Amino acid sequence: MRLVDKDLQQRISGLPLPIPDSTTEYFWKELQEERLVVQSCSSCTDLYHPPRVMCEKCGGSNFRWVRMSGRGVVFSYVVTHQPVHPALDGKTPFATVNIQLDEGPHIISNLLEVDVQDIHIGLPVTVVFERVSSEITLPLFRTIN
Amino acid sequence: MSFQNQVAIVGIGETEYSRSSGRSELELSLEAIQAALQDAGIDRSEVDGLMRWSVDTSAEGTIAENLGVKDLAWFGEIRLAGNVGAALVTSAASAIYSGLANVIVIYRGVNGRSGRRYGRGEVTGQKGRGSAAFTEPFGLLTPQHNLAMTTQRRMYETGVTSKQFGMVAVSERMHANRNPKATFFEKPLTLEDHQNSRLVVDPFHLFDCCLETDGGGALVLTSAERARDLKKPMALIRAAAQSGFSKKDFIDTSALKLGPRLWAQAGLSPSDMDVVQIYDHFSPFVIFALEDYGFLERGQGGPFVEEGGLLWNSGGIPVNTSGGHLSEAYLQGMNHLIEGVRQIRGDSTAQVENTVFSFVDTGVGTGAIILERNETSG
Repeated sequence: MRLVDKDLQQRISGLPLPIPDSTTEYFWKELQEERLVVQSCSSCTDLYHPPRVMCEKCGGSNFRWVRMSGRGVVFSYVVTHQPVHPALDGKTPFATVNIQLDEGPHIISNLLEVDVQDIHIGLPVTVVFERVSSEITLPLFRTIN
Repeated sequence: MSFQNQVAIVGIGETEYSRSSGRSELELSLEAIQAALQDAGIDRSEVDGLMRWSVDTSAEGTIAENLGVKDLAWFGEIRLAGNVGAALVTSAASAIYSGLANVIVIYRGVNGRSGRRYGRGEVTGQKGRGSAAFTEPFGLLTPQHNLAMTTQRRMYETGVTSKQFGMVAVSERMHANRNPKATFFEKPLTLEDHQNSRLVVDPFHLFDCCLETDGGGALVLTSAERARDLKKPMALIRAAAQSGFSKKDFIDTSALKLGPRLWAQAGLSPSDMDVVQIYDHFSPFVIFALEDYGFLERGQGGPFVEEGGLLWNSGGIPVNTSGGHLSEAYLQGMNHLIEGVRQIRGDSTAQVENTVFSFVDTGVGTGAIILERNETSG
């Protein structure tokens, strides 16, 4: 029998929110428009996430931003059982996933509306956007049925 | 080449290991330093170099002032995390070999249980700044989270199991049960205890995780020439190397990069090592380090550990013979360096017979040294 909705995983409020800086602000700004983008080196087209200052392959520092499809698979995951942060008190077990996007880059996130026990490597997922403050929208994921 | 066997660790010192020292980190460091100098038979007036972990709270100047160092010719810190002990030895050995300093003390004093606790996200976190903006909002808050992520994927790719991680913990506990200074000296551990212990961050059970410790440790380094007439047998530094890590190498540890350089520098191979210490913040990384340094093939580590291959008297690869971070103390690699020296001297409570080469890793590839028994003098 399926657990009721309230037992399925939601984002946990009270965890630190991202503080954008000059390297990352465009990434967060695009998320406010519900677009998941990653950096692409203007010279050699390698994709990077999180955003960086230099391309490790060609040494260039000019990047374009490329919109991702938002689809990927669970590459790895952990389940926090011991609440190692005050925000996690009473909220565990709580899973964090490493998603490999179809285009290649990895992104750390959470899966919404999923029973933690059903999370496994290879699980197909797609991005959803959750506005958590006036400046920050987080890229979260749902499973694809 | 380099400083090979030209520099030695000649003194080791440590405080007691506890959950609540009742003393400052500065006091712990100074007690350990004085013990190490006494152990070496070197007067504090000879000290002209001091090095520490960047995360250590006792500045070199403060230590120098207390010790009465007149001219601090060499000082410095290495920042990465707790995993810089062997890198500090590498740096100190280079300085001594090049004549920049004569006697360098490396120290670590920490109230890791009663003070700042590394396992707490609100303590060690970056509050969403910098790269933490891409991890902390999703609940990756502490070192254990990132390392559990790597472990989960490596389990998937190599088939290594939680029970095999448990056998790392059991093996180290058996060593701690021989070491009266170890936190878990009087507490045996079975594989069943490990499997029944609570999950902290899946796939880590409680007994996969390092201790939290209050305590201090120190090492004294000098030239092999100066060491010749000291009272204790010197531990020559045969080779020492460090390596930064790249997050892109998701399941690979930097031991894959450091290893070949270290073995080439030493002119030795993993099979020459008599005894091994590995930075065991979490038990799976003992297996990953053995594989990535080339002691074992990738995928062989789990079965090897399961058969008891880590035990001091197994004839396999004796690992963490004082109990390591899991069962002796969490002194961020300092206790591994100290145990590596004891094995050279023949003073370990789980002594491997006829040890000539003693390997110490202090970060699963961030730094490692090979110590050698001095065969030319007493």
